[in-house]
Amino acid sequence: MSTNVSAIETPQSAAPAWTETLHEWVTTVDHKRLGILYILYGLGFLVMAGIEALIIRIQLMHAHSSFVSPQVFNRMFTMHGTTMIFFVVMPILFGFANYLVPLMIGARDMAFPRLNAFSFWLTALGGLLLYFSFLGGNGLYGAGNAPDVGWWAYAPLGAKAFSPGHSTGYWTIALLVSGFGSVGTAINIIATVLCMRCPGMHLGRMPLLAWLNFVMSGMVLIAITPLTAAQMMLLVDRYLGGHFFDTQAGGSATLWMHFFWIFGHPEVYILVIPAFAFMSEIIPVFSRKPIFGYPVMVGATVGIGFISMSVWAHHMFTVGMNSYANSFFAITTMAVGVPTGIKIFNWLGTMWGGRIQFKTPMLFSIGFLFQFLIAGLTGIIQSSVPVDWQLSLSYFVVAHFHYVIVGGILFAVFAAFYYWYPKFTGRMFSERLGKWHFWLFVIGFHMTFDVMHVPGILGMPRRIYTYEPRPGWETLNLIVTIGAFIQAAAILLFVYNLVVSYWKGAKAGNDPWDAWTLEWSVSSPPPAYNFATIPVVASRRPLWDQKHPEDPDSRYE
Amino acid sequence: MNMRHRHNSAIRCALSFLALFFCAAAAAAPVSSTNIFAPASTPARTIVGLSHFVIAVTAVIFAVVASLLVYSVVKFRARATDAGREPAQVYGSTQIELAWTVIPVLIIIVLFLATARIIHAIQDAPKPAAALDVTVIGHQFWWEFRYPKLGIVTANELHIPVSDPAHPTPTFLKLLSADTDHSFWVPELGGKTDLIPNRVNEMWLDPERPGIYLGQCAQYCGTQHGKMLLRVSVDRPADFAAWVSAQQQAAVQDPKVLAGKHVFETTSCINCHSISGTAANGRFGPDLAHLMSRSTLASGAAENTPANLRLWIQNPDAIKPGSLMPAMKLSDGDLDAVTAYLETLR
Amino acid sequence: MSALTIPITQAPRAWDLPDRGKVAMAALIIAEAAIFTIFVVAYLFYIGKSLTGPTPREVLETPVFYTICLLSSSVTVHMAGSFLKRGKQAAFLQLWLLTFVLGGLFLFGTGQEWHRLIYEKGLTISTNLFGTTYYSLVGLHAFHVTAGLIMLLIVLIFGLAGRVGRDQAGRVEVLSLYWHFVDAVWVVVFTVVYIVGR
Ligand code: HEA
Ligand code: HEA
Ligand code: HEC
Ligand code: CUA
Ligand SMILES: [Cu+2]
Repeated sequence: MSTNVSAIETPQSAAPAWTETLHEWVTTVDHKRLGILYILYGLGFLVMAGIEALIIRIQLMHAHSSFVSPQVFNRMFTMHGTTMIFFVVMPILFGFANYLVPLMIGARDMAFPRLNAFSFWLTALGGLLLYFSFLGGNGLYGAGNAPDVGWWAYAPLGAKAFSPGHSTGYWTIALLVSGFGSVGTAINIIATVLCMRCPGMHLGRMPLLAWLNFVMSGMVLIAITPLTAAQMMLLVDRYLGGHFFDTQAGGSATLWMHFFWIFGHPEVYILVIPAFAFMSEIIPVFSRKPIFGYPVMVGATVGIGFISMSVWAHHMFTVGMNSYANSFFAITTMAVGVPTGIKIFNWLGTMWGGRIQFKTPMLFSIGFLFQFLIAGLTGIIQSSVPVDWQLSLSYFVVAHFHYVIVGGILFAVFAAFYYWYPKFTGRMFSERLGKWHFWLFVIGFHMTFDVMHVPGILGMPRRIYTYEPRPGWETLNLIVTIGAFIQAAAILLFVYNLVVSYWKGAKAGNDPWDAWTLEWSVSSPPPAYNFATIPVVASRRPLWDQKHPEDPDSRYE
Repeated sequence: MNMRHRHNSAIRCALSFLALFFCAAAAAAPVSSTNIFAPASTPARTIVGLSHFVIAVTAVIFAVVASLLVYSVVKFRARATDAGREPAQVYGSTQIELAWTVIPVLIIIVLFLATARIIHAIQDAPKPAAALDVTVIGHQFWWEFRYPKLGIVTANELHIPVSDPAHPTPTFLKLLSADTDHSFWVPELGGKTDLIPNRVNEMWLDPERPGIYLGQCAQYCGTQHGKMLLRVSVDRPADFAAWVSAQQQAAVQDPKVLAGKHVFETTSCINCHSISGTAANGRFGPDLAHLMSRSTLASGAAENTPANLRLWIQNPDAIKPGSLMPAMKLSDGDLDAVTAYLETLR
Repeated sequence: MSALTIPITQAPRAWDLPDRGKVAMAALIIAEAAIFTIFVVAYLFYIGKSLTGPTPREVLETPVFYTICLLSSSVTVHMAGSFLKRGKQAAFLQLWLLTFVLGGLFLFGTGQEWHRLIYEKGLTISTNLFGTTYYSLVGLHAFHVTAGLIMLLIVLIFGLAGRVGRDQAGRVEVLSLYWHFVDAVWVVVFTVVYIVGR
């Protein structure tokens, strides 16, 4: 297979000057380079937001701590939450989508390469604006501060009266701008998937990664935009004297909550669906079987997309909705468990009867399955409204969502990193360090987030900068903090592995995993134009057909 | 009403084994004063029943799915003897897909019915005639309690009577906010409900045992959200009646501390605080008429001792940085006088 | 190079994919519709909740003429497009110009109404909830009209320079999709502000 690779490898020339390289990267419209920019940008912010998390954890290590002031603590969790959601996970997932979708559907680029670059730079600008608030929030004379309103900025706390200065303004504009970037990328992915597929790849043959990112992009269109609209209203309030969320002038605080969560809930599925997409590519390859129930997987994803548009108020069970509204949002929320369960079962079905190879990407995938299961079930516990009256706004919720986001999404992202690293760089990473990273992160993760459920049950609310020494709280919080540091060590190991393998790793070749989708048919890294000849496919696993001409998939589909 | 009756022993068994993860709470700290699994009031108790049921169901789901996962990881791992051959390529199965769609649907129907019943039981409970009404107003970062029928205004420490199941005297809280959103949460007595400006919320409690119950503001409300603690004193009927009549008295007028009273009345204290029988009628800060009947200061931020009181008036930030009471910059003499005066307000 | 091409196991059917311009515009319209939905919901929610005057009943006048202008521009933009498709460039340009003028008239109407409200009735965006929601919703729509007009103008200029021929019909159609959307939004805004809201 790899004999012909050299034919399309870019010719090795003298290394260009670094300014030239920089210029090339800044002005690039190549989907692969933009993908990598997204990913590096997200990783940079992961370290920032991670350091903020560590500051939170140090402060909460013991009772009556005075490591940081309450004001700083409140800024830390606001910035940590906002950064992690909007400037870590979103960019990394968009980065992978950018890089992989065109390759997997046999296209030479995205549908609108320049829009693609524009969207990336909007997102980048958003993140920079958010962090500029550290300097400009109070004006330079006030020495600056970051927003401290929480990542939901509930009204009226986000209003000028309660958040004077410009820090909340920076927060608002940052999310507005990066929201435009996300919508741009979503439009691009939709157009790419619908209009750029190679011959033979009708929708029923598209790799699940492309399908799921397509669904995710559809959700972005209708779920990010409510946030955009709400942020516009908040700007009108803050800078034009409007009263949308001004409770003194008859404005409604709950309206903001509704608007925020109409965005916020679908948002978490926007984050998790690309993670599902990684699983749907990686698990089959390392189980050596095709995905179990492809059409059902597609259907379940679309189902999750639809149901998740009607569940938002499960974040508002404590705001005093009447019993009918509460019951409605309980049943819709529980209903999401059905299509999600179908997906879990189909991944299990894929592994069942396979020959599972425990390479690093697969280890992270198994971690994902296990942890996402638990996280989903704690979600179900919270969806039982009266139970949530106790659990809401407590550390149990914090544990639930870190379980999904770290135990689920971050594990899936790590799996994707290890799986596609050879394709991105042409080098293999160190499998040994990868396993170290996995086990260390598993230990750190469980120490942090398993334990974190318990303070919630013991009555510890979230977003408190310090606490009284109540029974159990101190010990538990200490364990949680230690876990967070173990996670940090594991992430350092991961970054080290990425960096060192880039130069020292073994050459990967086109197809190190013996995989089946089109990206593995081209050289690693792929040439700028991806495919010298646009491929023609006849099944969901074109490379399987090629490797097993005696038993092609096209016979069964 | 109580879901506990539903448990059969098999579920109980699974529960105690697998839900250890969730219930470690109860085991780790039986004496906890804010444990949601130590209910002392009907809403909290009902919720614990429902929690057991929901945790049991999810624990069983977890056990089944996790076992399948572990089994397939162990059973279907690649072996050296495979010699690179590919396993049988299976594409799916309609029957199986149907099975793992229908079973979860049935499970969530059961979960939903159990949930809806408890929502109704708690939220739509009728209000008995003997119920006590209290209006709770959330402020940045303290609690105001008003007893409209009894003419009492107090702060931070809520007093309510024990409710005898035979003659229930539950307390119905009307929840309001003066500024940002807050949330009333005393885990042993019930779930939490938010206090939202421009909106009226309600909740009720019927404590079974006298005692002090701790809680705190659960909705992020600004800088000092962390020290917006809450204390509920559940009193025997006689104690409650005594407390009520003490609170209904006008503030003590002790001639020995007239100097302090004078300082108080001539400083801007009166813009924010009220003390009956004086010129002070501000509502921005807590009512101080019976300050000494409270065991803590500034919403539980410090114990109510003379030293703390003096420190608080001198520099509130030393106790609660970011609280909305400014340091009044009184001279040492004035400070002592005011403290002495406030010390008389039983 | 040949090894990279996936062997053709069966002759692919004719491979027709949708036009990416139209797909992208449809996606954009969905996103925009969601933004407008939130503003409309806020408007409806706050009807009658202002603590002070003036109320919509007191100050609003129904802009019938300008509404007719905007709605008929949808017809003209459509006709312009179909002329272009048939290669009738002159007719296209005339109708395109008409569309631009009708859209411009509408914008002028909005400006006039705002002027009247601000200077005669004393209603600004910060007066009360009605002012806030009214200027935001109508302003958001007017912003979209303005954006549309700018794009119409660009096409007009290129058209006058003789650079918009039959080969550009696809792009012009994408733009007219946007214009139809702006019109459709006005129908909703009009209903909400001038009929339901009064
Ligand atoms: C990617 C992120 C992600 C995902 C996927 C989920 C998934 C789910 N979440 Fe979570 N959630 C968050 C991120 C996420 N959540 C965040 C960030 C918050 C808090 C935000 C904040 O407050 O700051 C939150 C908060 C949150 C709340 C509000 C708590 C509160 O503040 O009071 C609730 C309540 O219902 C909830 C429920 C659920 C449910 C039911 C699911 C379901 O989708 C889970 C479905 C999965 C399963 C159920 C497991 C697999 C299924 C089976 C094995 C089938 C059989 C199962 C059954 C029949 C039940 N979540
Ligand atoms: C993508 C989402 C995401 C991710 C990945 C994380 C990851 C983590 N989170 Fe985060 N978190 C949120 C999203 C996320 N969080 C959100 C939305 C909130 C709510 C905010 C709000 O209430 O408004 C929240 C809130 C939140 C709280 C509650 C704060 C409070 O309520 O007071 C806590 C407390 O422990 C916490 C901890 C952690 C920890 C320990 C991690 C760890 O997993 C992080 C591990 C990563 C690192 C540690 C980075 C590695 C860094 C290095 C290796 C660099 C080291 C280098 C030097 C020292 C130079 N988070
Ligand atoms: C600008 C308003 C303001 C002024 C002026 C002010 N206070 Fe306060 N005071 C508050 C607020 C607000 C609180 C509640 C702080 C908290 O718990 O976060 C408070 C709390 C207190 C408490 C604790 C009450 C309790 O129930 O725990 C005391 C005692 C007190 N103030 C005394 C004084 C005295 C004496 C003065 C004048 C020398 C004064 N205050 C001036 C606003 C004010
Ligand atoms: Cu009040 Cu938090
Ligand atoms: Cu949610």
